[in-house]
Amino acid sequence: MVDTIRAEQPVAASAPSPPRSRRRRRELLPYLLLLPAICLELLIHIGPMLAGVGISFLQLTQFYLSNWRAAPFAGTANYAVALNLNGATGQALLHSFTVTVFYTILVLAISWTFGLVAAVLTQRSFRGRGLVRTVFLIPFALPVFASVITWNFMLQQQTGAVNRILLALHLTRGPPFWLIGPNSFYSLVIVAVWRTWPFAFLILTAGMQSIPADLYEAAALDGAGIGAQVRHVTLPLLRPVNRVLLLVLFLWTFNDFTTPFTLFGSAPPTQADIISIHIYENSFVSWNFGTGSAMSVLLLLFLLLVTGVYLAIGQRGERHA
Amino acid sequence: MHEPAWFRWARVIGLTLLGLFALLPVYVMLTSALKPLPDVEGVFRWFPSHLTLSPFVDMWSTIPLGRYLVNSIIVSTTASVASVLIALLAAYAVSRYRFRGRQAFSITVLSTQMFPGILFLLPLFVIFVNLGQVTGLNLYGSRTGLIITYMTFTLPFAIWMLAAYLDTIPRDLDDAAKVDGSGPMGAFIRVVIPAAVPGIVAVLIYAFMTSWSEMLFASVLTNDSTRTLAVGLQGYATQNQVYWNQVMAASLTVSVPIVVGFLLLQRFLVAGMTAGSVK
Repeated sequence: MVDTIRAEQPVAASAPSPPRSRRRRRELLPYLLLLPAICLELLIHIGPMLAGVGISFLQLTQFYLSNWRAAPFAGTANYAVALNLNGATGQALLHSFTVTVFYTILVLAISWTFGLVAAVLTQRSFRGRGLVRTVFLIPFALPVFASVITWNFMLQQQTGAVNRILLALHLTRGPPFWLIGPNSFYSLVIVAVWRTWPFAFLILTAGMQSIPADLYEAAALDGAGIGAQVRHVTLPLLRPVNRVLLLVLFLWTFNDFTTPFTLFGSAPPTQADIISIHIYENSFVSWNFGTGSAMSVLLLLFLLLVTGVYLAIGQRGERHA
Repeated sequence: MHEPAWFRWARVIGLTLLGLFALLPVYVMLTSALKPLPDVEGVFRWFPSHLTLSPFVDMWSTIPLGRYLVNSIIVSTTASVASVLIALLAAYAVSRYRFRGRQAFSITVLSTQMFPGILFLLPLFVIFVNLGQVTGLNLYGSRTGLIITYMTFTLPFAIWMLAAYLDTIPRDLDDAAKVDGSGPMGAFIRVVIPAAVPGIVAVLIYAFMTSWSEMLFASVLTNDSTRTLAVGLQGYATQNQVYWNQVMAASLTVSVPIVVGFLLLQRFLVAGMTAGSVK
């Protein structure tokens, strides 16, 4: 390396100007550092995404898969099919979308509530708190497929633990089916909540640790009980954390593929026909990549719209606050 | 601080219920893995009629578990190490330099994390198949192809988390190294990377964990010889005739290293993961 002393911060622009060639090199350095990441991003993200948008305008069925340039141009036909609510494909997509929306809302609401309750209950130290926190993190630490396969076993009609519990508590008369029929939706929600709430707990706990203790003391001096402290100190101060947390949970849950796929395989019951599996099935079971791509572009547009609106509302709220 | 009695009761009851919910599958997995086959074929039993380790022996021949395991280890390790190496360079640039396009890069990285995986899967599938036709380079069904697709989720995440972690390392450290005569890269290698080891390990583990559990890409882009654990076990568990004690033994075996790794590095992982959202 050169033996001159270089004390300038790379960020500071006001540093005494070094020789031009070296400054050029320094200006180039961040780009050089980014080069591998950018190349890879182009290769695996930007490129395929543009290709995906392109495919959504093609009639790409299995006959053209190995030679996609020969696939006939379809214009907006794939989108028309996906959005045509009078046709079977459009109706099925809308149904799947509705199921996914309800599923996401339920999973989000329950997971967040569980996470908040657990975080509030473990906020003050007590004996065994470390152990409790570790136990709560286990569902999050387990590989998704291993734990969801276990749930699959637990939800078996004849041999499962869930029906064993329900029958022992006299909550049902006969053993219900959990993995087919209307109950499959609730099975999916329960398994997803089981996977998701520890993450909410983790983030909320971390958020609460940054709330100064004297705020609680001041509230307690004013006569606020624990309930009032949660309402008037914890929740308002957790707002920035919640804003990010809910968005992340929304995107994860809405896009989740592993949980429903591990539970039901590639042909889920219609009541639990989550959108990611629906598009997957449309693409790889019927081998129609054109409509599959059109559906995933529509899904992306929906997610972008929700995220954009959500962030915009959050910003406005912040400005008024 | 004063705690009313009702709060202590609420805590005991609430935490017990949540703990039971969290641990029920763990209990089922653990006990069923130690059961003889008849125990898992009738009504569910809370305790094994007698303890046996045979599921842990038989599982290797019922399904090609060993091959799945090797595939999963190779793919997850390569994908996470490669993404952390590339991400480390990018994260250093994003954290320490202000340059044109920095914002655009960060936003692109962040937003690709929210994209549905299927959006990448379809075109990547078509590209792989066509590339094989044209050049003879066989990515479809190969581990290399799977590693590339895994980087679609490990890389942006690694860049994002490492940049957040590097931000917490004081710049004075870099500057001190530069005063001692190191260039920016020297400071990076000699000072920043050693200081970032906890963050690097945490990101490595998390990237490994997500690759280990990945299902969408692996279910389409692998064949019999490259099948990963996630897809292999899922495929077996959704058949009609399932030896559940062996499936539970296999699930337990592939979970233990992951859970132990997570719990050992819990603090670093949590710090890394919450760095972005709590600030």
